Amino acid sequence: MNIRSLISLCVACVLALASASARAQDLRQAAKDLGDTARVEAAVDVITQSKDPAALALLQALSDDTLRLDTAGTPFVAGEGNALSAVFGGAGKPAGALTTPLVDNRLRRQLEPALASFKLAFPDPKVRLAAAKDLAKSRNDELAPLIRAAAAKERDPEIKRAFGLALAQIDLNGSDKQLKLAALAAVTAAADGSFKPDLERMTGSASAKPSETDADVRKAALSALQAVNSRIMLISFVGNLFYGLSLGSVLLLCALGLAITFGLLRVINMAHGELLMIGAYSTYAVQRFFSSYFPTHQDWYLPVAVPVAFVATAGIGMALERSVIRFLYGRPLETLLATWGISLILIQTVRLIFGAQNVAVANPSYLAGGIEVMPGFVLTYSRLAVIVFASAVTTFVWFMLQKTPLGLHVRAVTQNREMAAGMGIATRRVDVWTFGIGSGVAGLGGVALSQLGNVGPELGQQYIVDSFMVVVLGGVGKLAGTLAGAFGLGLLNKLLEPAAGAVLGKIAILGLIILFIQRRPQGIFALKGRAAEAM
Amino acid sequence: MKSRFELMLLGLLAAVGCKGPGDAAPAAATSAAPAAASVAAAAPAPAAKVADTGPIKVGILHSLSGTMAISETSLKDVALMTIDQINASGGVLGRKLEPVVVDPASDWPLFAEKARGLLQKEGVAVTFGCWTSVSRKSVLPVFEELNGLLFYPVQYEGEESSFNVFYTGAAPNQQAIPAVEYLMSKEGGAAKKWVLLGTDYVYPRTTNKILRYFLKGKGVADSDIMEQYTPFGHSDYQTIVADVKKFAAGTPTAVVSTINGDSNVPFYKELANQGLKAKDIPVVAFSVGEEELRGIDAKPLVGHLAAWNYFMSVKNPENDKFIADWKAYVKAKNLPDGDKRVTNDPMEATYVGIKMWAQAAEQAGTVDVNAVRQAVAGQTVKAPSGFTLSMDYKNHHLHKPVYIAEIKADGQFQVVWKTEGPVRAMPWSPFVPESAKKVADWTFPWVCGNCTEGKFKGQPATAAL
Repeated sequence: MNIRSLISLCVACVLALASASARAQDLRQAAKDLGDTARVEAAVDVITQSKDPAALALLQALSDDTLRLDTAGTPFVAGEGNALSAVFGGAGKPAGALTTPLVDNRLRRQLEPALASFKLAFPDPKVRLAAAKDLAKSRNDELAPLIRAAAAKERDPEIKRAFGLALAQIDLNGSDKQLKLAALAAVTAAADGSFKPDLERMTGSASAKPSETDADVRKAALSALQAVNSRIMLISFVGNLFYGLSLGSVLLLCALGLAITFGLLRVINMAHGELLMIGAYSTYAVQRFFSSYFPTHQDWYLPVAVPVAFVATAGIGMALERSVIRFLYGRPLETLLATWGISLILIQTVRLIFGAQNVAVANPSYLAGGIEVMPGFVLTYSRLAVIVFASAVTTFVWFMLQKTPLGLHVRAVTQNREMAAGMGIATRRVDVWTFGIGSGVAGLGGVALSQLGNVGPELGQQYIVDSFMVVVLGGVGKLAGTLAGAFGLGLLNKLLEPAAGAVLGKIAILGLIILFIQRRPQGIFALKGRAAEAM
Repeated sequence: MKSRFELMLLGLLAAVGCKGPGDAAPAAATSAAPAAASVAAAAPAPAAKVADTGPIKVGILHSLSGTMAISETSLKDVALMTIDQINASGGVLGRKLEPVVVDPASDWPLFAEKARGLLQKEGVAVTFGCWTSVSRKSVLPVFEELNGLLFYPVQYEGEESSFNVFYTGAAPNQQAIPAVEYLMSKEGGAAKKWVLLGTDYVYPRTTNKILRYFLKGKGVADSDIMEQYTPFGHSDYQTIVADVKKFAAGTPTAVVSTINGDSNVPFYKELANQGLKAKDIPVVAFSVGEEELRGIDAKPLVGHLAAWNYFMSVKNPENDKFIADWKAYVKAKNLPDGDKRVTNDPMEATYVGIKMWAQAAEQAGTVDVNAVRQAVAGQTVKAPSGFTLSMDYKNHHLHKPVYIAEIKADGQFQVVWKTEGPVRAMPWSPFVPESAKKVADWTFPWVCGNCTEGKFKGQPATAAL
């Protein structure tokens, strides 16, 4: 090697070292600036451009709220317990007190694509997919070359599709016709609703003129828009179906107990709502017990609360039957008044024991969150659990009524009391058990309600009207009637709600029920036969 | 068969008609009073009978049961704490304050009845109370008829300025408008589409009307605004949250929530469960503070916003003392939930209102309503919000600073935007054409809360005597 090339090599080395250390200096300065709200935006930009592996660690910690800066501005990542690790290596001893840089929505919006740009080339496909999906959410022109390179290298079809959408965000607003057509093809295939405003702008729907001049592109945009619209309608429909099912399952749980006591015993129990409330408070009591004595197994309170609530409310129901209701059989007006009085007593008792305000029943961790089945439609775990629980309870009631000796006796007493007594069935005892089971089922309904809404002394008052509506609509005496009534009302309510709003939807439902009852007073499913008519 | 079903329907009617305990037979109570019935008589009506010696009775009119109890119970507690503090330093005019606490149970006609009882039977010198605007509208005619004094500590929709009420909560220009402006700005996400979500009563409806005019003035089309209402106590927000996501697809959108009471708990749970993240679709609430967040897991809600004139996390010596005093009071009185209790904006407004009334009574030398009313104007208090709040000389509203903050994982708030100093309240919104002409000015020559011309315009001062 001659002197000249040696010198140029040395100069190149020095320059490279200098720029590397300058970049490292920039990175350290940018890390320091993360604590300064006026300079944090520019600092994140600098860090995003950096090739240093510490850059990703910095941004990830900032996003996770685990980044700490000491008084000198040296960044640390807070780990489990009080563990601290220095981002730029070194001993890891912070100088002075640690502060947490302020992270607000503006910073989070900036961090999302920045983090995604680092993760485009990660080996783990799940991370790459998440990064691609994040980038597809908004238009990131400055990341275009990076995304194109990553898309070209990608082998996994699902991730490739996500990259296609991310590129579509950029290309639809560009000027290259071929890229636009490719982008529209990707959008049509994915039928992603977030492109709807762009497509409407291009094809000139709404009131404006089409912004797209090329006829081919406009045609492709129109078919993309049609695909997107039909997808949105499908998702809406499926969503409303699920919401209707979940509302129906809540109504079913509330009304099933009433269907048993009213349908089988012909007792108008105005305290039914309070039995729901007591079931909910039993759940609260079990949760309190667990948090005092088994704090590490908090999440198990729910399976324990189910039998506890059943037994508690069944007990109260049976006590009610023995003390008040058995004297009032055949006198519906008196039963109505007496049970209404009992409902007031129960509400006030709960107020005295637990206080007049709502109590907080926390969802166990396995019931929080949901799963995104389709874009924009999330199946929440708590609602799913209530649907499953409602089916379980219905199956239990059906099994008990159809397959057990007690159920046989209950059905016999319902159909013809004198004949059943003549056959040797202890009708009084059967009444007590029936009332107890009906109340117990109401308690189970209360457990479900505690997971979905607020638990307060007036909980029962909110659901009593709906419970009676379901039983009256469905027809008394048959389980199928309650099922039909509950799910019918739930689905109808949820199909009306998007169009009319929550308040008008409720009013419309009430109006429809009144009209239906006028035409068919016995409800959807009615018991037939002389004994039933003679009720 | 038919008679049973008639009985069923009778039972249904009974259930629907009677809202259960806590609902006394509605007596002479009037509900849904018209706004700001200005009783600006030339000579004020004779004040309710207030004793001259012995303890001074002070009314506390907050719901301690029902759907609003989650928000209002703490106001009762902090009012009692402030009264204890004043009594400990000698009371007012050498007399001890005696609180009279009543529970109107989130029942609006019952608010009016209880207010009448406080003024006529108990002879209270002043009342601190109400949260929902419908409760305030219900008690307004009672206070104006009996010439009582009410201090109202909660943010509200404006369009009112009564001779008998002092408003220590925010008017729309001190909360709603700055919040929407922030969300429109680049910092707040540059929202182009808006979802206005509220509970179905006067406050959300009026606030959303004002916001619509404001947004229209900023060039937002009607099709870019979605408005939805739910009844008090509503708990099923699945469809609404899904609709918000559908409406927002592809455009930066912000949600303005005026949902009140315990409906907020299932609403925020649904937001969390359906994965509505604050950086994508920020939700700013006007009736949710530290107290309402206490019962929810705040980790999935990080980044959603609230706009108030005070937050517990604001750092200054007055707030440190306020919080310390509150925690000591909670411990001493063994209040439920002990060390998990928090402070919030309406509590601070209650505290400031009571102090201002006490100062005004000392200045006037009497607790007579007419004298104290004159003395309240211009009172100042160095408040826990970090600023000196002053009662305006003319419109019965406080000058308050505006803070916008994001929810943190521990249920506290971090401030992301604030005004330089206190902002003067504009009870009549300049964005609504009918209201822009109106003036709320109780000084001569206007002497009215909602007029376009002074009552004593062009007349000498003696005309008002």
